[in-house]
Amino acid sequence: MSRTLHRDVAVIGGGLVGSSAALALRRMGFSVVLLDKGFCGAQASGVNYGGVRRQGRPPEQIALSQRAHAIWPRLKDLIGIDGEFVRSGHLKLARTGAEMASLEAYAARVADLGLDLELIGGNRLRERFPWIAGDVMGASLCAGDGHANPRLVSAAFAHAARHAGVDILEHTPVSHVEKALDGFHLSASSNTDIKARFVINSAGAWAGPFAEAFGEPVPLYAIYPSMIVTEPLDVFMTVNIGAEGGGIYARQVERGNCIVGGMRGEPLAEPDFSRPTGSGAVTIMNRAAALFPALRHAYAIRFWSGTEGEMADRNPVIGFSRTTPNLIHAFGFSGAGFQIAPGVGEVLAELVRDGESRTPIQAFAIDRFARTTQGSRADNGPEPKSRETAQ
Amino acid sequence: MSDAIRPLIVGAGPAGIRAAQVLVNLGIRPVVIDEAPSGGGQIYRQRLVPDERSAKDLYGSEAAKATNLHETFAGIRDRIDYLPETLVWNLRDKAADAVTGHRTRRIAFSHLILATGATDRVLPFPGWTLPGVFTLGGSQVALKSQGCAIGEEVVFLGSGPLLYLVAWQYVKAGASVVAVLDTAPFSAKLQLIRGLFAQPSVVFRGFRYAAELMARGVAVRFGVQPLRIDGTARVEGVVWRERGKEHRLACDAVGYGFSLRSETQLADLAGCRFIFDERDRAWRPERDGAGRTSMPGVYIAGDGAGIAGADAAELSGERAGLALLEDAGMSVYHARIGVLERKLACISKFRDVLESAFPFPAVWANGIADDVTLCRCEEIAVGDVRAAVRDQGVFELNRLKALTRVGMGRCQGRMCESAAVEVLAAACDRSPDAVGRLRAQPPIKPIPLEVAAEGEAA
Amino acid sequence: MALLKRLARHELPLVSFTLNGETCSGRAGDTVLTAILTQSDRLRLSDFSGNPRAGFCQMGACQDCWVLTSDGGRIRACSTVLEPGMNLRTITEPRS
Repeated sequence: MSRTLHRDVAVIGGGLVGSSAALALRRMGFSVVLLDKGFCGAQASGVNYGGVRRQGRPPEQIALSQRAHAIWPRLKDLIGIDGEFVRSGHLKLARTGAEMASLEAYAARVADLGLDLELIGGNRLRERFPWIAGDVMGASLCAGDGHANPRLVSAAFAHAARHAGVDILEHTPVSHVEKALDGFHLSASSNTDIKARFVINSAGAWAGPFAEAFGEPVPLYAIYPSMIVTEPLDVFMTVNIGAEGGGIYARQVERGNCIVGGMRGEPLAEPDFSRPTGSGAVTIMNRAAALFPALRHAYAIRFWSGTEGEMADRNPVIGFSRTTPNLIHAFGFSGAGFQIAPGVGEVLAELVRDGESRTPIQAFAIDRFARTTQGSRADNGPEPKSRETAQ
Repeated sequence: MSDAIRPLIVGAGPAGIRAAQVLVNLGIRPVVIDEAPSGGGQIYRQRLVPDERSAKDLYGSEAAKATNLHETFAGIRDRIDYLPETLVWNLRDKAADAVTGHRTRRIAFSHLILATGATDRVLPFPGWTLPGVFTLGGSQVALKSQGCAIGEEVVFLGSGPLLYLVAWQYVKAGASVVAVLDTAPFSAKLQLIRGLFAQPSVVFRGFRYAAELMARGVAVRFGVQPLRIDGTARVEGVVWRERGKEHRLACDAVGYGFSLRSETQLADLAGCRFIFDERDRAWRPERDGAGRTSMPGVYIAGDGAGIAGADAAELSGERAGLALLEDAGMSVYHARIGVLERKLACISKFRDVLESAFPFPAVWANGIADDVTLCRCEEIAVGDVRAAVRDQGVFELNRLKALTRVGMGRCQGRMCESAAVEVLAAACDRSPDAVGRLRAQPPIKPIPLEVAAEGEAA
Repeated sequence: MALLKRLARHELPLVSFTLNGETCSGRAGDTVLTAILTQSDRLRLSDFSGNPRAGFCQMGACQDCWVLTSDGGRIRACSTVLEPGMNLRTITEPRS
C-alpha cells in the first residue's frame, strides 16, 4: 500500500546535520519529513571521533563554528541530554619547530575571530600537561573547545526531532527525487512518496548522486576515519589532544576510556559499513603509547570506524543549489563536521525560512567545483597532513 | 602443489586438531593458532604441568578420546606451524593479525578453518557478579586444569548436559556439592528417552550422573527459578523458587550456565553470512554439511559453527579439512566423507533431544528485575535496556549497544549478548532472531597498545 | 580468605610470588587466577561501581580477571601461567 506525505521540507539523511536541521525547522513551524537509509546517526555523525573543536578550522569556517559553539552547552535543553559534552579545551601539539611556527601563524590568522588561542612553549607545556611525553616543542590551547559522545548526540537530535513532530522514516532509502511544478517528488522504499516544497540533501557520503541528479556533480569521496578505544583507565587526559601535522588525536571520556584516532579504515563488502585496518590500528596504538606514558600498559578493547563524505578541497558544501530552486545541499564535512553540525542545522532552517542565513556560508557554495571536476581520491592511508580530521 | 595451499586453522580443540590432521596427512602444512598454551580446547584442556591425576581422573568416560586427541596433536606437531598462546584479533583479505604477548604478526593464508569453540551461555540474575560465581565451564577448568574446586560448598545451577557432568566431576574429585538446581522441569528429562536410540550411552551416562549425585546426598532439584545469589563481598547462599515456594541454601560458590554459545567473531570478520539457529537460539555462520561457509575458502567446524559437542567437533573438523582438500582439487576418500556426515547427522538429531531435555529458560527475560546488572563489563542494568526500548524505540541490538553501551566493554558482548537479546526482544515484543546480533569488530579480544608489529598488520 | 579450594596437585613444586606486597606461594602449573584465589577472594574491583570481582569464565572470554603487575602491566589472570617471582597486585582501589 503506498502513501503520499505532503510536507514543507524533506530532509534526505538523518545524520547530525539533517537531524538538527529538521529539529530547527520544526521549531520554526515547518512540517518536516526526514528520511534515512538506515538508523539516524549511524554513520559519520554517530561514529566520528567526537571532537568539539573550533581550533584548526580554516578561517572561512569559524563563523559557522562559533555559532555551533554557542549551541553545545545548551544540548540538555535542546535534545534532552548533554551528550557527554565537556569543555575540556583542545590542545594542539607541535612536534617540530616548523609545526610550532604553523600553530603561531594560525593563531595570528584567526586572532580576531574569538577563539582565544593560547600558545604554550615546551617547558610550560611539560609543567601544565606532564602526562604528555616525547619531544613536543609546544602547543596551542583553545580552552573553549572540548569533546562529546557522537553516538549519543546524533541519535538524540533525531529523537528530539521526532518528539517535536518531525516524521522520521528510518531504513527508508530515497530511490528517486525530482522537481515538478508543484514541488519536489521523492520516492522512497516501503512505498512512501513524498511531496515537499524544499529538499535538504544532507546525505553525507551518499549525497553525491542526489546533487548529480540536479545537474551538480561534486568531487565527493568516502573516507573511513577509524578510532581505537582503550579499557577504562584512571582519568589523566584532561584536554582533547590534536597534533599539528596530524597523525594522532586523543581524548579521554569521564568513564575512563581513551579514544585515539589518526588513521583510516576501509569499507567492507557491504559498503555502508567499514572497519579499521589492523596496520592502521597498530600504528595508532603505538603512537598513543609513545605520546602518553599512562597508556603504555593499556589495552585496546574495541575499534570503530564510520563512513564520511570528503570534498576535494576539504570544505563542506552548504547552501542553495545553483540549478534548482528550493534545493539545499549540506554535505561533505570531510571528517570535521561534528562540532559545526548543530550550527549548520540552524543555518539550513534559516535558508528555508528566510532564503538566506545570518551566518556567512559563501565559501561553501556548490558551484565552486564547476571548473574543477576531479579531485584526488582519498585512500586508506594516514590521514592528510594538512589538517586533522574526524574532529 | 601444496605450496599454494597454506591453510590457517584457528583453534586447537577437537575440531581444529582433526582438521589439521587431515591436511597433514596429504602433505599440507597448516598454520594452527590457539590461545591456550597447549592443544585440546576447553573440553580436552591439558594441564600446564603433569600431576598425580590420570587421564581417567581428568576426563572420565572421555579419557580415551582426550588422550587420542592429544597424541594426534603431538604426532603432527612437526608438520604444522603451531602458534600457541596466540590470539587472532583481526581478519582481512586472506590474512590474519595474530598477537603473541606483545608481538603481532600478519599471517597470510589460502584457506581458513575456524574452530573457535564456544563459551557458556549465561543469564544474569541478582548476585551473578559476586566473587565465587563462575560459569559451569569455568568451574570445570578450575577442576581439570588447576585441581581446584570453586569453593568449599558448591551449588551448580542452570540447564544443559554440562550441569550434571560438572557436578559429578566435582563429587568424584572430592568436592562438596550442596545442590544441583536444574531450571528445567523433571518432565523435560523424559524427552531423553527419545535419545536412547541415537546415543544410548550418552543418555545412560547422564542418568548415572544424576543418580550418583542423589545417592551421595546432593540435592537435585528440577523446575527451579533462580531468584538471587546472596552475599555482599562473596557468595553466601543461593535462593530459588520451586513449585511456588522460596528456598535458600547456604554455599560459598555457584557454578552456572545455560548450555553454550558459539564464538563467532572471526567468522563475522571473515565476512561469512549468518543464519539464526532455532535450536541454539542464536545466530551462527551459515554452512553446508561439510563446514563450507558463504565465503569461498572459509570453513567452520566444532561448537563455533553451532553447538554440537566434542564428538561432533572432531567429526566436523575432519569433514571441514576434507572439504578444503576437495575444493583445492585434491582427491579424498569419499567413503569416509559418508561416514562422517552420517555420524554428524545422528549427533544433530540427538542435539534436538538434548535441547528439549535441557530447554532454555525463555521466561527469564520477563522475570528479571530492572536493577540487575546485564552487562558486567560496562555495568549496564536490565532496566537500561527496557528504557531504551520504551523511550527511544530501540528494536535492534547494535543500536541498543550504541545507545546503552551493552556489549561495548572488554568482553565485547560474550557474557551479555544472549541475555541482551532476550531482554530486548521481550521488551519490544519481537522474537530473538528479529533483534539481530552484535556486529564483530577487531580486536575481538583486548590487545596491548604497546604491541610490536612484525611485518605489516592486515 | 581463599575462594578456590585445592583438591589435587598438592605435591607439585611451590612457586613463590608477591601479592600486594606480601610473599605467597602457588604450585607449578597454577594460573595467576588460581594462585591468587587460593589465598584471596577477589582479583579486582569493577570499573564503574567498584564491586569486587574474582573472574567468571576462567577461559579468557569474560575479561573479568585482569590484575596488575608491580610495574603497571596488566595480566589476564586466568590465561597467564604463574611464574616464580611475579610481583602481582589486585585492584583494590576504585578508579579515580
